[in-house]
Amino acid sequence: MNLSNLLNNYEEAVAMLLFVIGFSNLLLQPNLIKKIIGMNIMDTAVYLFLALKGYIDGHKAPIVVDGVQSTDAYINPIPSGLVLTGIVVSVSVSALMLSLTIRLYRRYHTLNLDEISTQLKKEDL
Amino acid sequence: MAFVQNFPFLTIILALFSGPLCSVLKSKAAKWVNTIVLTLILLMSCAVLVFTLQTGEAYVYQMGHFSAPWGNEIRVGVLEAFMAVFFCIVMLLCMLGGRRELAEEVEETKQNLYYVMVGLLLSSLLALIYTNDLFTAYVFVEINTISACGLIMIRQSGRAIEAATRYMIMSLLGSGLLLMGICYLYDLTGHLLMSNIKEQVAVLAATGEYHIPLLISITLMVVGLAIKSALFPFHSWVPDAYGYSTLSSAAILSSLVSKGYIFLVVKIFYRVIGFDVIRESKVINVLFVFGVLGMIFGSVNAIRENNIRRMIAWSSVAQIGYIYMGFGLGTTAGIIASLFHILSHSATKSMLFVSASGLTDVSNHDTDFFGLTGAGYRNKIAGVAFSAGSLSMVGIPLFSGFISKVLFASAAYETSGKLIPAMIALALSTLLNAIYFMKTVIRIYTPSHRAGIVTDTRVITIKEQPQKALILVLFVALNIGLGLGSQPIVNMLTQGLEMFG
Repeated sequence: MNLSNLLNNYEEAVAMLLFVIGFSNLLLQPNLIKKIIGMNIMDTAVYLFLALKGYIDGHKAPIVVDGVQSTDAYINPIPSGLVLTGIVVSVSVSALMLSLTIRLYRRYHTLNLDEISTQLKKEDL
Repeated sequence: MAFVQNFPFLTIILALFSGPLCSVLKSKAAKWVNTIVLTLILLMSCAVLVFTLQTGEAYVYQMGHFSAPWGNEIRVGVLEAFMAVFFCIVMLLCMLGGRRELAEEVEETKQNLYYVMVGLLLSSLLALIYTNDLFTAYVFVEINTISACGLIMIRQSGRAIEAATRYMIMSLLGSGLLLMGICYLYDLTGHLLMSNIKEQVAVLAATGEYHIPLLISITLMVVGLAIKSALFPFHSWVPDAYGYSTLSSAAILSSLVSKGYIFLVVKIFYRVIGFDVIRESKVINVLFVFGVLGMIFGSVNAIRENNIRRMIAWSSVAQIGYIYMGFGLGTTAGIIASLFHILSHSATKSMLFVSASGLTDVSNHDTDFFGLTGAGYRNKIAGVAFSAGSLSMVGIPLFSGFISKVLFASAAYETSGKLIPAMIALALSTLLNAIYFMKTVIRIYTPSHRAGIVTDTRVITIKEQPQKALILVLFVALNIGLGLGSQPIVNMLTQGLEMFG
């Protein structure tokens, strides 16, 4: 365990840092919009990590040009495919979360989830 | 290749496409389409189960004719086929049992959308059961989450929407961790197909290379799925989500959705990482501790709860604790006990939700504890079914809950250090279960005039609601069937688990 490993793989370290930032925002922020932003940061961090893992220095995008079929010419296309799939998932989840937020805002005129819970408890009593 | 071997794929596609079809139909037509599709899938899954039992081995079904390391695969064995059959049965019973509540609580124009969600949910559950590709599993986990959220928010009350939001937030945290874990594992092994990953993980484990990243990856995946399946202490969304959604949703969520994720955990243990590596990684000890804590904590909260729906929801937290405790034992017997408890809990919890709604129907729709006084006399069949479910949850012989407790206890006996804590937890949680379930059963069989409480005088006879009575009878039969026919089922689970890895 030495620090030079961390420095050599600083991109991955950044991706992890972003993941943690997004995760804690999603968990701890009371504001729903900030929660959704946190979720998007978290997902983007994963895509960054995946893209880094698929990238090979000096290689080009995996589209066959001029009949060059050697694997030495291209980067690994699978992580890019996974990123695309992940983006689709994250878009649909964000849309669902935003629609829930709109519903709650129309009803309770606040974006703060804790405040909404307090109002709900009052309604019950 | 036999024609039956296509069925697992066809059931997934059928469930998936029944959703969009329901969205353009009127709610009544959508209801029938949904019922027919569910029945058809049940029959097809039965055919697959019979086929796998006859051949006695698992088979791999290639998607799109790309061979092993590149293509996507479905892998079907006895365990998968049996789970699919069981999930279909429970889902069908839940849908039929909650029909009237759905019609009352959801706007007429939105009812067909409910069936869209149910179709998507079933297809994602089936895909989670059958898939042999880790990233596909992730995608279907997300589909499962989205459709489960739809099931909660279909009832447009503020409570339900808030519960759906909280559910989504916890689920998204879980799926974020799961995705990160999968990416780590892909990075380490270079594969996405489960069987190929296992080969590479075995190499890594033998050489001791990348020990810490492998450990982190396992932890991230298991914790992510544990959050999604509401293991203590990630259970905060459970009481609201189960308590304020419509009846079918609550029954399906508690008995099926969380079980889909748990089945994926078993898959990760056996097929992706390999059980020996998991056992050495000590992750299971963490699961054991939180499982035991969940068993106690869930039951204590259930005792303190006065709302019957929320009480059953808290009991779910405790039962999920049982399942993770079984994983934590670290033996194959423990896993089999957990698998049996998945079946037992699915059958019992959905029955409890359906019968509890029958009881609140004759108590001014009052879910409060005192309002239920004497409800067992006013709706006889619901009272009987609720008592049967309670006895099963407590672990009385004849019912399925007893068998799972025996299996847990005998599995704990084989372990070295976990026998005493597991036994204490089992005994304590059984006692606590008995307190809150028997308290409720005594309450519903206390005549209200004697207790001096004015309650609803409405009486529901079997003739008034023959369909619901039939569903409850079927639930009780399923439960007793699991309890009495436990040996063949355990044999089947053992056989399935052998060909699972």
